[in-house]
Amino acid sequence: MMQDTMPSGLRDPLLKVEHLVVEYAVGSKTVHAVSDVSLEVARGETLGLVGESGCGKSTLGRAVLQLRRPVSGRVLFDGEDLTAMQGETLRRMRRRVQLIFQDPIASLNPRRRIGDIVAEPLVISGVKDARQRERLVGEVLSAVGLDPGLVIGRLPHEFSGGQCQRICIARALVLNPEFIICDEPVSALDVSIRAQILNLLEEMKARYGLTLLFIAHDLAVVKAVSDRVAVMYLGRLCEVGPSEQLFAHPAHPYTALLIKAIPVPDPDVRPAERVAVGEPPSPIAPPSGCRFRTRCPRADQRCINEVPELREVARSQFAACHHPLIEGG
Amino acid sequence: MSEPALLSVEAVAVDLPTARGNLRAVDQVDLKVGAGRTLGIVGESGCGKTMLSRAILQLLPKKAKLSGRVMFDGQDLARLAPERLRKLRGRSLAVVFQDPMTSLNPVLTIGTQLIETLQEHLELDGHAAKKRSVELLAAVGIPAPEQRLMQYPHQLSGGMRQRVAIAIALSCEPKLLIADEPTTALDVTIQAQILDLLAREQRRRHMAMILITHDLGVVAGRTDEVAVMYAGRVVERAPTSALFKKMRMPYTEALLAAIPKIDAAPHTPLPAISGRPPDPTRPLQGCSFSPRCRYANGRCHLDKPVLAAAESGDHQYACFHPIAIKTGVGA
Repeated sequence: MMQDTMPSGLRDPLLKVEHLVVEYAVGSKTVHAVSDVSLEVARGETLGLVGESGCGKSTLGRAVLQLRRPVSGRVLFDGEDLTAMQGETLRRMRRRVQLIFQDPIASLNPRRRIGDIVAEPLVISGVKDARQRERLVGEVLSAVGLDPGLVIGRLPHEFSGGQCQRICIARALVLNPEFIICDEPVSALDVSIRAQILNLLEEMKARYGLTLLFIAHDLAVVKAVSDRVAVMYLGRLCEVGPSEQLFAHPAHPYTALLIKAIPVPDPDVRPAERVAVGEPPSPIAPPSGCRFRTRCPRADQRCINEVPELREVARSQFAACHHPLIEGG
Repeated sequence: MSEPALLSVEAVAVDLPTARGNLRAVDQVDLKVGAGRTLGIVGESGCGKTMLSRAILQLLPKKAKLSGRVMFDGQDLARLAPERLRKLRGRSLAVVFQDPMTSLNPVLTIGTQLIETLQEHLELDGHAAKKRSVELLAAVGIPAPEQRLMQYPHQLSGGMRQRVAIAIALSCEPKLLIADEPTTALDVTIQAQILDLLAREQRRRHMAMILITHDLGVVAGRTDEVAVMYAGRVVERAPTSALFKKMRMPYTEALLAAIPKIDAAPHTPLPAISGRPPDPTRPLQGCSFSPRCRYANGRCHLDKPVLAAAESGDHQYACFHPIAIKTGVGA
């Protein structure tokens, strides 16, 4: 019965998140950051995770790594449950999963040299041979398009935002991980630099055989790199499906709203007025039933009473909606 | 343009002294905005777009040096006495910033801030100012405006705060509104609402607007004219539809190409612009874009192309090798 809510059908999931719940306390209140989210990422796949600020997408990324412990649910990485792991076992597992953050400059210690910053994961994981470390650091820096000889002795402030993000990517790659969680990796970068970093992530993915969870608020950016896309709203998963299919035929009204709200760089495409109504409610007191119902043009009594479960609305496309825009047979 | 210009920026340059030497943030910019028109200014960070807006508002940092002229509504703003300038700003010249918290006072209620503005500039009495404040908040789409008057900025969401900032900016019926990245800090569904709101109020009030953004998508459907800035200069300027139909400056074209398109297939490599903008304290002799430009040759590295009109008078670009019109034989 539980299996019915899983958007499964993937042959070889490297990551499997099952009924994950993450909450945290703000004063005497509880923020329902992630509520019963299940998803899978296949080996070699990029899963895009989109949603607006406060929807829980970053919390979900952190809960996967157990940087924030979930209240309930399981996170299976390569078949092993990370939520059951502690201490050294968890640390050893984490070497296989790395994280890249939004603000590349803030993610680098301003007082340490680039060579030391990129070598740090190696030191922590016990690579004692300094020459071996130097060789590995040189390799990843070259891979991300930096000249090791020119950069290892310098400090982060000597680099631009785009270059700092390259350094962060090099640091994430140095332990040769299998899985990288990219949390808004390009949203702090200018358009012309953003394209360079997106292309670099794609190259690195191919070169190192990576699996990616790509978290971002920008749908076009997510679509550019993702095989499948998952859409989150106020702590819950609304829809998940193959990128092209999901963008061409969104099933969840929230997905459709997000797509319509993107400004299109074409003056002949008139911006649709009033595509969006209202603002997301607080995750402290999310609406009953479907959490999107307060902004949804299709909402009715059933949406107030019943939480919609994820179900297959088209081949490999799952939506949590009582009144989806498309309905599969 | 048949209408006389409400704002005319003439050969404006802004120099900032820095530890690394003089930084020319804005370099010889000429722009005009007619009454009721919308000009989009597009560029990446550091291109000078915000400094230009501050030069127009006469709100430059103390050490900055401004040259050129800013004519607004028949007056040279640089020559106005501080008191007259202060009266003008907020009254006929208003501004909305990216982060509403920079313009809202965190320790005053929304009501106090709105009522104060109305009393200061329009000399309304307390009762009339309050009534007008409620109307303004309702006009910018804030539910339960009477209650909101008693709230502080931190009690509102980012989108609501930006609505309040817009209400204050619109409160004295400005002739020109400068919106500097008004939606960059907001989520995409809220961005659409705020841009709709600005467009609606602009039409209704026949107000001129300068919309400053890094996003070509934002200017496309919502401006009459676009100026593209790079390294402190306007490098291309045209009516919006003409610009998107036929970009002549390689930078504009590359900037548009670098945006991921929602209708492109996943994993399509993006045509990225290599390198990065030049160091503004080390100006280049030739075209600032030449080190990153795929059309650049010897002349581009030596001479600076000036912004000049093409075949149709209102499409200007600063380039020796403008992108050819499709009908001709490729060079």
